Amino acid sequence: MTTLMLETPKVSTEEPEPKTIEKVAIVVSKGSLEGIYPGLIMANGARMEGIEADVFFTFFGLDAIRRDRFEHIKVATVGNPGLHMPTLLGAIPGASWLVTRMMKRQMEKIDIPPIPEFIELVGDSGAKLYACKATVDMFGLTMDDFVPQVEDVISVGEFYEKAAGGQIIFT
Amino acid sequence: MTATMIAETSVDFDAEGFLTDPAQWNEDIAREIARENDIPELTDRHWLVVRFMRSRYLETGTAPSIRALGKESGVPIKELYELFPKGPAKLAAKVGGIPKPRGCI
Repeated sequence: MTTLMLETPKVSTEEPEPKTIEKVAIVVSKGSLEGIYPGLIMANGARMEGIEADVFFTFFGLDAIRRDRFEHIKVATVGNPGLHMPTLLGAIPGASWLVTRMMKRQMEKIDIPPIPEFIELVGDSGAKLYACKATVDMFGLTMDDFVPQVEDVISVGEFYEKAAGGQIIFT
Repeated sequence: MTATMIAETSVDFDAEGFLTDPAQWNEDIAREIARENDIPELTDRHWLVVRFMRSRYLETGTAPSIRALGKESGVPIKELYELFPKGPAKLAAKVGGIPKPRGCI
């Protein structure tokens, strides 16, 4: 029998970095159903873990927080290879409506709320929602166009200030 | 898995501090877990949420989503986060002696 002497591992004297995420800043830049949900799910998921969350809506992502549009978000049936559906079929009037209805039904089954309810849930959970100033100016919008959960219209610079010290997630 | 003595009973926890056997749970254990998770005192509203989580898990085999918790427990989402700032579903499950909820919502 032999005894192996293993080298003692070198112990670092530096404090280890904490292994948890304390804060996230999520950018929602797309206005389709499949473009908006991931950001909302990640924001809600962060809050559920006690992680601070800011959500910044930009370009067509603003549709998720627009009073007149957030109830009418649709799946993109054209130019969406993930659907595995011929492009021409996706272009038929009503195709987007139908696919959206089917997908919403599936989501309801696994307890994912519709977008208006989801925005309310995310807002109530303490995540902060912001609209992108450049887009708001481009589309000629004001705070009145947005749902009450929206905290403010902020510039990219202000977004980075708020995101300081956290992780940025672009969707 | 580690066994810890709480209120003169041996309780088994997983690596994240959730009870591995919901049957070992009692109210003293709940209070002790709450204290360890920065909830010094469990109010009636805390208990409402904890009992709802627990009974739903024991009935269905899965913990309710945060959406169901907000709609059906009688405690709205905003208040859930005031009661359990570090995550209502996760903490209420921990205090209620059931496994960590696996759902994304």
